Formats: sequence, structure tokens, C-alpha cells
Amino acid sequence: MDRDKLEMRPDAAADWPDRIYDTLKANGITQVALVPDAGHSRLIRRCLADNAMTVVTLTTEEEGVALLCGAWLGGVKGVLLMQSSGVGNCINMLSLSHIHRTPLPMIVTMRGDFAEFNPAQVPMGQATQTVLEAMGTLVHRADRPEDVAETVDATLRLAFNTFRPAATLLGQRLIGAKTFGKD
Amino acid sequence: MAEYPNRRDVVRALLEDRGDLLVIAGLGASAWDITAIGDHPRNLPLWGGMGGAAMMGLGLALAQPAAKVLVITGDGEMLMALGAMATIAVQKPPNLSVVVLDNEHYSETGNQETATKHGVDLAAMARGAGLAGARTLTRLDEVPALRAQIHAGGGPVFAVQKIAPGNLPLVLPPRDGSILQARMREAVLGPTAHHQL
Repeated sequence: MDRDKLEMRPDAAADWPDRIYDTLKANGITQVALVPDAGHSRLIRRCLADNAMTVVTLTTEEEGVALLCGAWLGGVKGVLLMQSSGVGNCINMLSLSHIHRTPLPMIVTMRGDFAEFNPAQVPMGQATQTVLEAMGTLVHRADRPEDVAETVDATLRLAFNTFRPAATLLGQRLIGAKTFGKD
Repeated sequence: MAEYPNRRDVVRALLEDRGDLLVIAGLGASAWDITAIGDHPRNLPLWGGMGGAAMMGLGLALAQPAAKVLVITGDGEMLMALGAMATIAVQKPPNLSVVVLDNEHYSETGNQETATKHGVDLAAMARGAGLAGARTLTRLDEVPALRAQIHAGGGPVFAVQKIAPGNLPLVLPPRDGSILQARMREAVLGPTAHHQL
């Protein structure tokens, strides 16, 4: 059934991923570290098409934390894109952002959140905000398309102006919006 | 069989006439080693984040393509970051080198054996990931050629240097990571490093 698609992605007409891209550009982000997620696929395409952005596809999300700490050492601003399950892979590496006071913005697409159908997504999805906050990350959520750009902008500003990890969680309601109630 | 060289002799030879070389050291003995040779603003010895050294080097190398970046880490730390070999190989930064000091033990925690003691070949894994030319060195007199390669910028370079096991006297770097980060940023970016938006 369409309403039980294994991967959720935004409606093709939803342009909030483009607004995230615009926000990254406006904040001078040039290094983009990611483990792909369907919810981020449109944003990833925009970043890959941008010759001024270096896109680094990681084998595991914790690599991205260390990568962005290195980028900042060299004066470059980056962002980490991942799914909520990937947050679990980052926990200890987030220590680096703390002890070095490295700006570390993350944009997390949520699973195990709103109308999830895959039981395996639920434990980490439900723990995502808690574990990020346990590691000192400032967390904001966006569940409506009109809130996305403003929330991502706030996360970037918090990270780079106050030298710490900060995350925007993009709710599953936002990402899977079109899947529900169709067909 | 001749003994493998002392780790600090290896690091001293690697860092000879270092110029503007940026050095990231994995947590534990590698961090003490680069500090024993001489603490430096262009040193970033890690106190934590095990498995992050090579990736931190990649982020820095991509950010500063005109600089040479050397990651010095241990076999235990590198074994925690095998995926980084693939990530680095795909990015192909010509200015990044990773040297693994391999004593086949977790020397900081009671000298337990690592996987390399049992035949796991980090250089072969690196070649398999696409880091062509990755190799294992066993002698101190091989280090000057490796040092020259690091400065030549034809990387990414990946080398495993076998070293003698055992702990050397602790030589601790500054413990405040914010100082370690800030001093390297200032060395790389100049006095405006702390005024960037």
C-alpha cells in the first residue's frame, strides 16, 4: 500500500527543502556532511549541484561530527544532515564539539515519530531529542512547512554564534505529509 | 628480527622541519607523542572522540586545501574508524596524510592486544578502500621518505608504521580543548580568526 511506503519523502511540490538550501547559503555553509535520508533527498540534490559546496557522504554519522570539527579548525562552516537513527551513532563524538566549543549544526529528519509503520524506527526516533539534549545540544523542532526555514536559521545562528551543537528536528508529519490519506 | 622503532623516534622524524604542517593526533599515546616532540599551535592533540582523528583531518584538509594536514594516530583508534578510509578515499584530498602508529596493543588501558596483533592489515584495508599506495613501514630509516611524501602533497597518503609496544613517560598537552582549537584557528586564519561571523 502506498500509505505504508518503506521510505518517506516529501511531496514533490513541497519546497521547504529548497528553503533549507537557501538558508544554508545565506549562512555561509560550504561543507555538507551527510548520511542520506529520503527526507533529505531534495536538499542533497541541491547541495550536490552547487559547486561552492563540498558534499561529504559519510559511512556513519559520527564521522560527520569529527569532520565538521576539522572544517571549523580551518575556518569553514558546515552542517550535518542525517536521519534520527543516525543521531544515536553520534553520541560520544559530540564530546568534541563540547570540549573544543565547535559550532555544530545538525538537521535531522525524524522517523519513529508521527504515524511510523516500522517498529525498528521507534526506539531511536523517540530517544532522538533526549539524547541530543543529554549531550548538550540545543534542539528545535519544525512540524509545519512554513516553520522549516526559520527553525533551521535559528539552529545555524545558535551553533555559530554561541559555539555549540544545535539541531533542527524535521518532524515526520512534515516529511511524510503527502503519503497519508492518498490512494 | 630487529625490534620495531620507538614511537617517539618515529614522530620526531615525521615532524622534522615541519614548516606549516597541521597535525592532529588521536587520543592517548599519539597525543602525548606529538607533545613530547614539542607542543605547537599547529598541533591538535585529541583528548576524546575515539575514532574521530582521521575525519577531523579530512574536514581540515578540505577546508584548507593549500595546507598540509597530517593525522597521527594509533592502531586502536584507527580500527574504530575503518569507514573513514572509504570516506577519505572518495574525497581524495591531496593534502591529507594519515600515519597509524601500530604497536598492536591498546597501550593506555593495560596493553590488551588489538586486532592488528592477530593479522588485521590496516594498510591492506586502506588500499581496498581506494587509498592507493597505502603501505606498512617497519623501520625508522623509512620515515624520512614518508615525511617527504607528506610534504609533497600528492595524497591522500596512508601509512602504517609498526612501532615497539610499551608506554613512555606522559607528556600532556593543554587539556582545555577550546584553547587547542582556538590556537590552531589563529595559526591558520590569522588574528581575525576569533572575529568571524
